[in-house]
Amino acid sequence: MSTTVNRSSTAAVRGPAAPTRSPIPARPRAQASSAVEGEGERMTGASAIVRSLEAAGTDVVFGLPGGAILPTYDPLLDSTKLRHILVRHEQGAGHAASGYAHATGRVGVCIATSGPGATNLVTPLADANMDSVPMVAITGQVGASLIGTDAFQEADIVGVTMPVTKHSFLVTDAAEIPARIAEAFHIAATGRPGPVLVDIAKSAQTSEMTFHWPDELELPGYHPTVKPHLKQVREAARLLATAKRPVLYVGGGVIRGNASEALRALTDLSGAPVVTTLMARGALPDTHPQHLGMPGMHGTVPAVAALQRADLIVALGTRFDDRVTGLLSSFAPLATVVHADIDPAEISKNRRADVPIVGEINDVITEMTRELVKEHEQHGLPDLEGWWAQLGKLRETYPRGWHATEDGLLAPQHVIERLGKITGPEAVYVAGVGQHQMWAAQFINYERPRSWLNSGGLGTMGYAVPAAMGAKVGQPDRTVWAIDGDGCFQMTNQELATCAIEGIPIKVALINNSSLGMVRQWQTLFYDGRYSHTELSTGHGSRRIPDFVKLAEAYGCVGLRCESEKDVDATIKRANEIDDVPVVVDFTVSRDAMVWPMVASGVSNDAIQYARGITPDFERED
Amino acid sequence: MSRHTLSVLVENKPGVLTRVAALFARRAFNIHSLAVGPTEHDDVSRITVVVDVEELPLEQVTKQLNKLVNVIKIVELEDRASVQRELLLVKVKADDASRTAVLQVVELFRAHVVDVAPEAVTIEATGGPDKLGALLTALEPYGVREMVKSGTVAIGRGARSMSDRALERLSRSA
Repeated sequence: MSTTVNRSSTAAVRGPAAPTRSPIPARPRAQASSAVEGEGERMTGASAIVRSLEAAGTDVVFGLPGGAILPTYDPLLDSTKLRHILVRHEQGAGHAASGYAHATGRVGVCIATSGPGATNLVTPLADANMDSVPMVAITGQVGASLIGTDAFQEADIVGVTMPVTKHSFLVTDAAEIPARIAEAFHIAATGRPGPVLVDIAKSAQTSEMTFHWPDELELPGYHPTVKPHLKQVREAARLLATAKRPVLYVGGGVIRGNASEALRALTDLSGAPVVTTLMARGALPDTHPQHLGMPGMHGTVPAVAALQRADLIVALGTRFDDRVTGLLSSFAPLATVVHADIDPAEISKNRRADVPIVGEINDVITEMTRELVKEHEQHGLPDLEGWWAQLGKLRETYPRGWHATEDGLLAPQHVIERLGKITGPEAVYVAGVGQHQMWAAQFINYERPRSWLNSGGLGTMGYAVPAAMGAKVGQPDRTVWAIDGDGCFQMTNQELATCAIEGIPIKVALINNSSLGMVRQWQTLFYDGRYSHTELSTGHGSRRIPDFVKLAEAYGCVGLRCESEKDVDATIKRANEIDDVPVVVDFTVSRDAMVWPMVASGVSNDAIQYARGITPDFERED
Repeated sequence: MSRHTLSVLVENKPGVLTRVAALFARRAFNIHSLAVGPTEHDDVSRITVVVDVEELPLEQVTKQLNKLVNVIKIVELEDRASVQRELLLVKVKADDASRTAVLQVVELFRAHVVDVAPEAVTIEATGGPDKLGALLTALEPYGVREMVKSGTVAIGRGARSMSDRALERLSRSA
């Protein structure tokens, strides 16, 4: 294998077509370095940063200037290719870059200054790392001669972020800037995507250099396996053709790897039931008849039961996360496991794989489908009638739904279900973390990939507003709804100012239950209803601090409030009609609503509760 | 737990050792010893790391190490198919009465005296953990005043080189 990587693949960020608005192609073609603007010119390192970002195909950066990055902000002012969006907090820049990347499939870029600016990026970097989001963060660093002296606003951000990034660079020599940025984009976008930090000393930004965009990258230790082993794929297809109770267990990798179409073909051909994880909602349309919904802690009963009873699990771009497996030792006890992922370290990390496959998920699924055709010719079509009869009964007995709460107040599930119905599958839905996130994953039908964004792995409260902002910038023609909780919203709502001023008309559905709802639910279930510090006083019967409608108005947004079921549809429609300014709707809901079904933490998935105290006995369904 | 020796070729760049060491800490793997030094290629360093893990976690260690962008190649060196050495420097009490006996031990283990003072000698020895352990036991009665030991370094037996192909690639790119 060659140690050098051609630049054409560097810039080839896998993703759907760029938003039509953008003048920059999503996949810049291989071009001679001389074709890159500024090639061979003398310039400052700061100008080289701007040129490099342009050469890498970036059209938007989210950032906030400060001392150590100031030199770069000067040439940035003159760039005609880069749109800079000034955020109100660097965490907002990070999540916005992530939301942009998730919604478009392109690398998201954020910029911050040294010290506190850089440390404010730690959460979004960790978040992107857990959810495999391609992202490049540029941070200013104090001058090279000051590094290590505890200088003003100095933080060893490369050291701080080492465990939460895919890779990082410290650049102290201006001449290195283009090469390191080119490498950062390549690493972020290829293999298992992830965040890359490039920390650039102020002295390197102010030094003169000759700009040279690299033809080849020097990454002798980086060559992700992309081509799956055909023998393994054939074995997987053989198992899929002969299994009695197969399940396709689909993860976020299918979305990152743009493999939805391929998955659709494999699903149709195999006839097998499919479950999509929290990160994979939309990878297969929810309306597809073989789709059983989401597995895991708050998954559907049929999805959880299918995995528990399966004799074959074909895991595609997923990592057997503890929220999916429950107690690992009791997870899918009868199943042979095929595990396909781009990251070899995921294979057999949690659950041992019987058939490991490493490679680009789109290639894996495409090859598997091709091989499955041959297997069907040899073995005939598999008889899955008995399996579907079992699953059908579960679907009928345990459909998705909810019970009204005793206080008679608005049900959050109703709000979210209506929001999805009225707004439709072409919109982008972005959730924070907690109860509202789970309801949004459960009660909205996702019909296409990249229509559902959330913080899955890290579980970052405060993700929704800035990520929705990034998604809207990347997909300006789509309606973007942030579905947020009153707790999450209070962590990052300052970015509403950015949205209002920069003309990014996102919509926020605040599921306001006046509390840290998911924590409160656990206190209800596991701590005898002792509500320790989960009351936020924003809803019914409280002092309503802050008043979210007033807050929205203060930020130049439209603020609406909806407190009863009869107003829900009209309020949503009204919000959908406003497309020139951001809208915040305070849906004041019951605080007693709970997320069901639920598998309690650390117990077997067999003990899933459909509702409180109701455990289906799917073991006896045979 | 069983002991495994991994040879890791890495890019010779600042911070690479930190990345490797931090990975072990982060993934809760125990390092028994770690040695790092140059190779026949200026751009490449070699880390020899000895870990105490079972077979499955070892696979994880290797895969996680491989994910580090600066790691070029990893090979597990089996005991029998490799030469593994540690370096020991030990300062032992040796006055006129005991010096001869101490020197006899030194000779027996084919070690060397590298410094002599009126009340002590400093001994240098190389070998596997067993040999160095035995030497220390033999010297103990005379009074060990100070000792320092390197981590294990190891190399595969035979004509093949673990760095051949990796380095070939590097020089092509240079």
